[in-house]
Amino acid sequence: MRVFPFLVSAICTAGLVYLFDTQLPVGNTKTPRLGYFLSPQQGFWQNAEKSDVTYNGNIKLQGLAGKVDVYIDDRLVPHVYAEQDNDAYYVQGYLHAKFRLWQMEFQTMAAGGRLCEILGPDRKPNDSTFIKVDRFFRRLGMVYGAEQTAQSVEQNNPEMKSAIDAYAKGVNAYIKSLKPEEIPFEYKLLDYKPEEWTPLKTYLFQMYMAYDLTGRGATTDLQMTNAKNHFGYEDFDKLFTNVKDSLDPIIPKGTAYKNPSINVKQPNDIGTAYLNVNNGDSSTASAPLVPNKSNGSNNWAVSGSKTKSGRPILCNDPHLGLNLPSLWYEIQITTPTHNTYGASFPGSPAVIIGFNDSIAWGVTNAGRDVIDYYDMKFKDASMQEYWYNGEWIKATTRKEIIKVKGKPDQVENIAMTVFGPVMYDKTFSNISSGGKNLAIRWTGLDGGSGLLAFYQLNRAHNYEEYLKAISNWNSTGQNFIFASKTGDIAIKQQAKFIARWKRQGDFIMPGTDSGYAWQGLIPIDENPMMKNPARGFVSSANQESTDPSYPYYLGAATNFPIYRGLIINRKLSGMSNITPLDMQRLQMDNYNVFAEMARPVLLKYINDSLLSSQQIKYIDMLRKWDLNSDVYSKGATVFNAIWDSVEVALWADDFAKSSLPMGWPDESTLLESLIRNNDYPFSDDISTPDKKETLQDAILKAVKKACASLAILEYQGNLEWAKFKDTKVVHLLKIDALSSLHLPIGGGRHIINATTEAHGPSWRMIVHLTDDIEAYGVYPGGQNGNPGSKYYDSFVNSWATGKYYRILFLKKEQAVAHPQIKWRLSFSNV
Amino acid sequence: MKFFVSIIITAFLGYVIGLFTSFPWWSFAVTSFVVALGIEQSPGKSFFSGFLGIFLMWGIAAYLLDTANAHLLATKVAIILPLKGSYWLLIVLTALIGGIVGGFASLTASYTRKPARRHY
Repeated sequence: MRVFPFLVSAICTAGLVYLFDTQLPVGNTKTPRLGYFLSPQQGFWQNAEKSDVTYNGNIKLQGLAGKVDVYIDDRLVPHVYAEQDNDAYYVQGYLHAKFRLWQMEFQTMAAGGRLCEILGPDRKPNDSTFIKVDRFFRRLGMVYGAEQTAQSVEQNNPEMKSAIDAYAKGVNAYIKSLKPEEIPFEYKLLDYKPEEWTPLKTYLFQMYMAYDLTGRGATTDLQMTNAKNHFGYEDFDKLFTNVKDSLDPIIPKGTAYKNPSINVKQPNDIGTAYLNVNNGDSSTASAPLVPNKSNGSNNWAVSGSKTKSGRPILCNDPHLGLNLPSLWYEIQITTPTHNTYGASFPGSPAVIIGFNDSIAWGVTNAGRDVIDYYDMKFKDASMQEYWYNGEWIKATTRKEIIKVKGKPDQVENIAMTVFGPVMYDKTFSNISSGGKNLAIRWTGLDGGSGLLAFYQLNRAHNYEEYLKAISNWNSTGQNFIFASKTGDIAIKQQAKFIARWKRQGDFIMPGTDSGYAWQGLIPIDENPMMKNPARGFVSSANQESTDPSYPYYLGAATNFPIYRGLIINRKLSGMSNITPLDMQRLQMDNYNVFAEMARPVLLKYINDSLLSSQQIKYIDMLRKWDLNSDVYSKGATVFNAIWDSVEVALWADDFAKSSLPMGWPDESTLLESLIRNNDYPFSDDISTPDKKETLQDAILKAVKKACASLAILEYQGNLEWAKFKDTKVVHLLKIDALSSLHLPIGGGRHIINATTEAHGPSWRMIVHLTDDIEAYGVYPGGQNGNPGSKYYDSFVNSWATGKYYRILFLKKEQAVAHPQIKWRLSFSNV
Repeated sequence: MKFFVSIIITAFLGYVIGLFTSFPWWSFAVTSFVVALGIEQSPGKSFFSGFLGIFLMWGIAAYLLDTANAHLLATKVAIILPLKGSYWLLIVLTALIGGIVGGFASLTASYTRKPARRHY
């Protein structure tokens, strides 16, 4: 034995093993454990799926009541044929897990404020750290809301509960079947392991969607309060007016509404205690992850009177963040009770947007305000009692424990009030929040029936059953659109909506008494709706659902974009003999109606004699632009650069005077004000006190600035719209190598093809309700969430170029022998 | 001859122990050590047979998986790590990391013996 060399060598060996078995810090991130990650038998190489992979198999699952056959087509879409409803959800859970396990767990981890547990506290998703994100979601009550829903579904909807339980069993059966080397790629990259799936995670996912679709208010209410304090209510109301001249609401103007059954009473002290009170610099905490303002969607249905076949066509494209793996997963579910196809959420049973043998349905976001803040007065720092209606009321405390990788737990003690959790207090605030105690009131925390509306839509046969199904929907406000084989079309806005007085909840409200509390919920049959209108179509695109004659306040106008709705209705009005191909073209339409209205206003104030020849060159591009924001359009880039520059010229000085975050007014507000008046009250640049700028001065300055950046873009070769916009579909971890970058697609804000940088139509669907349903669909992703699979992003190019897949909606006997069916998975009880 | 046999047994046992995936990724270090205990070689030869055994086993395994996958995943990982998107470099890095651990494990075993007597 040569002791010394032996020891040195042994230490070297152990040292190397230790080194390669440790996550090494690099920048603000960490490497995987390299030895493990690169091990061909355990690491990422095992996720490199064979190019000629097959998915056939016979799988035994404990507790299946009958047999389930799954036929998988060449796009990797499963067609599930089950003898029992719950078996179908059992297998859906299994399939979601097989193809999307990491994603579905990660999304619920994010929703439940558990990112620090797997990623550590300091990594930065955007401008914020994960600990901030986790604390924000915990304090907003995401877990609390999921628990409330779980409880209420358990008590009231046994059918829904057993579907969600069966689904969870399926997910867990797959997780248990996984050998350690088979866990998805991202677990290995981040170095953690899948845990057991629970029904609560399905509800957490629903909270995630609820936040994404209605949670902007958690930020905008604070910013609006800042703006109101800064400008005073009178100026605020000019900048952020609720008047919209060009609105074309979902329910056409002039529709008569019956008298409201709830007469809301404005508090008497609204002037002194609410609108004109300056609650100071106490309200600026902003969310670390603000839902995208463009979260919206298009849907429309045309009746047989407008189509070539005489049968209705229904279209839907929900606009959400464009991510890989995709939010959506296509599936067909066939049982003795129903035969349904559509896009499902990995994490939830059933189909969310789709069709069945009899009907088709889709959703867009209603945008209604369902989230408010109340300013609470606590007796002391212990936050155990708060002042309400003239007495001290005991608050309960909810404890949220955030586990942090490599560090001690972070504990949140959240006071719970009559309104809801006290989201902001002295422990959770930022430099300007001053320790104010803000309780949040959000319908998302009220429990409800979970996914029951979709569960019943999957099974609905006709208009009546559609109405009954959606009456269960009490989460985020949605515009449910409908068409049936029998020829009906309809749309209804549905959720738990608050009967509000004007401007109620647009700003932080006093929380010391019930005077500012919600006075009631709008009865379901008073929600805006429309069936088989004479014009032959129904549509929605997140605009206000009604004109101001609707007896309830919808919420601040800034929640509602108006231009997509305007152009959709204009185009549909002019169409006849419509075919599914026409509808595909309409979903991909790049016409910019906002620019149509804004360009003449800009040109009116642009005087060529004040510009250089290079600047005139760009103005000419703007003049000659055909108003289509197509892939190669240079005019689209010029228009956007100039418009954005005008906004900066008009507002930057006014908003710069306050250090508090305040959202800028909407483009529509500015445009309409410019159309209406010859000047704009905020034209003067207040940073130049010796000079009084007119609107013309401001626009000239803006044009010159824009032209300078356009020249740079042109020099870089990025003047074409798609290059400038640079659309991408981003991996959930924001890793470029796992994302699809630089996609050649036009469209944008205010355009039917609402594709912006990393946001847009996340699932495009067209359903023609002929006897054998003719349906088309595409989403920017692929059915397999594994970056090592060729099915990971296999739809992305089709999606970008506007190609659709003809959907296979098959009876079982057709599936058995269909040429596009590639694989078969059979499931039976153990 | 001994040298080649030792390479092959190191690779084979390293592969077999890796199939039992409840063991950690570095369990081949133990088998490499055992092989070098059993097959008497000079420290230099031990090191290189341990190194080459695992280098080849990891390299070939990675190569086969990568080829069957048409380099899809390796190219992505080679951007993350970062190796400029070269799946070849990634295969070599993989083989090196396995090889160096295997080599040192074998070297350690060779020092359990007395130095070979020199024959003059």
